[in-house]
Amino acid sequence: MDIGIIIAGLLTLAIYSFLYRDNPVYKAAESLLIGLSIGYALVIFWQTTLVDRLFRPLFNEGDLILIIPLLLGLMMFSRFSQKLTWLSRLPIALMIGAGAGVSIPAMLYARTLKQISASVAPLYTASGGFDFSALVIILGLLSTLAYFYFSRRHEGAMGKMAKAGTYFLMIFFGATFGYTVMSRLSTLIGRIDFLLTDFLHVLR
Amino acid sequence: MHTRIPLLICLIAGVLMFLQYFSGHPAAKAIYNNILDWWQIIFAFTLLVGVLGFIRNNLRSISRKKETPFKTIALMALVSMPFLALVGGTKIGSPFMWVFEYMQAPMQATVFSLLAFFVASASFRGFRARSVPAAILLVSAVIVLVGRVPLTEHFSTSLSKITFWIQDYPSMAARRAILIGIGLGSMTTALRVILGIERTYLRGER
Repeated sequence: MDIGIIIAGLLTLAIYSFLYRDNPVYKAAESLLIGLSIGYALVIFWQTTLVDRLFRPLFNEGDLILIIPLLLGLMMFSRFSQKLTWLSRLPIALMIGAGAGVSIPAMLYARTLKQISASVAPLYTASGGFDFSALVIILGLLSTLAYFYFSRRHEGAMGKMAKAGTYFLMIFFGATFGYTVMSRLSTLIGRIDFLLTDFLHVLR
Repeated sequence: MHTRIPLLICLIAGVLMFLQYFSGHPAAKAIYNNILDWWQIIFAFTLLVGVLGFIRNNLRSISRKKETPFKTIALMALVSMPFLALVGGTKIGSPFMWVFEYMQAPMQATVFSLLAFFVASASFRGFRARSVPAAILLVSAVIVLVGRVPLTEHFSTSLSKITFWIQDYPSMAARRAILIGIGLGSMTTALRVILGIERTYLRGER
């Protein structure tokens, strides 16, 4: 059998040993996973970001403007010094400011306008038939928004709308929960299939 | 100065990135692309800082003889990945990718699948139809759970249709309302950050 399959199978069993209880074998596998994941991310970021976007253009192609992000990036290491830690706020400020500036139009478009335009659909189809699903969408949207609107007391018509909103939210939570469980189960089936087919050769 | 300069940088970066959306000028696009590149470069440096912090904390635990074997495993694993990348490269078939394929990826998938057990046990304990909203949540979850099983389609296609209808209409309506809320909240927070009202990233200094 391939040594890689044996190692993968043993590590899979080591992680599943947590189902019995927290034990040293699981802890060792968990530590290994943490270390490998950080090491992998480090290598990928080093290659795809620091080498490809910074060191190569700066030192090979002479793109001198990249000295600015290099200096800002080096300032991040000032977090290890109590006296100089304020320097790390400069790159953080640039990241947060740029992120905030980009996010305003993006959020307005994708999260707000797009969602509203997708919800406003004709209630009557071209053939003249009533589209019940379109009514459900618009009622669900308005009632859920009413539930999250806290500037007015949830009494009377507003209270009824908010209450209907909670029902729509419950449907959403239930459906999301069911979908999440199914996705996790499919991963579980995949791992069990690997153990029984590739590792133990019980299934062929 | 320790607070004003970061606030000024945040304001300038935020306003520049916001205004470039309203300009088709090549200079605006160049500034936008440059700052995005810088953002990623600084992010990579923050990862390096995080890795150094991780190594420092683990070494401290080892020197205090606290969970020494596990901390040592984590440190050795961390060091091994850059070492393998340095020695054999990162192409498919390299030792680096072998470790990823046969050690890291299987463990990650297994940890992910572990949640199936915990979610199932939590739902057995927590799912009680004590009120109308709880009953709606229960019914919705059960329909989607059963309707998503491929075996269900062999017996009835209508349950599968109901599942998709629930996901595409009532569930989608609530999802959109939540997304609109997130959008409005994010825009407000972004504006507060740019204007320097929200400054928790400066550790609350005023």
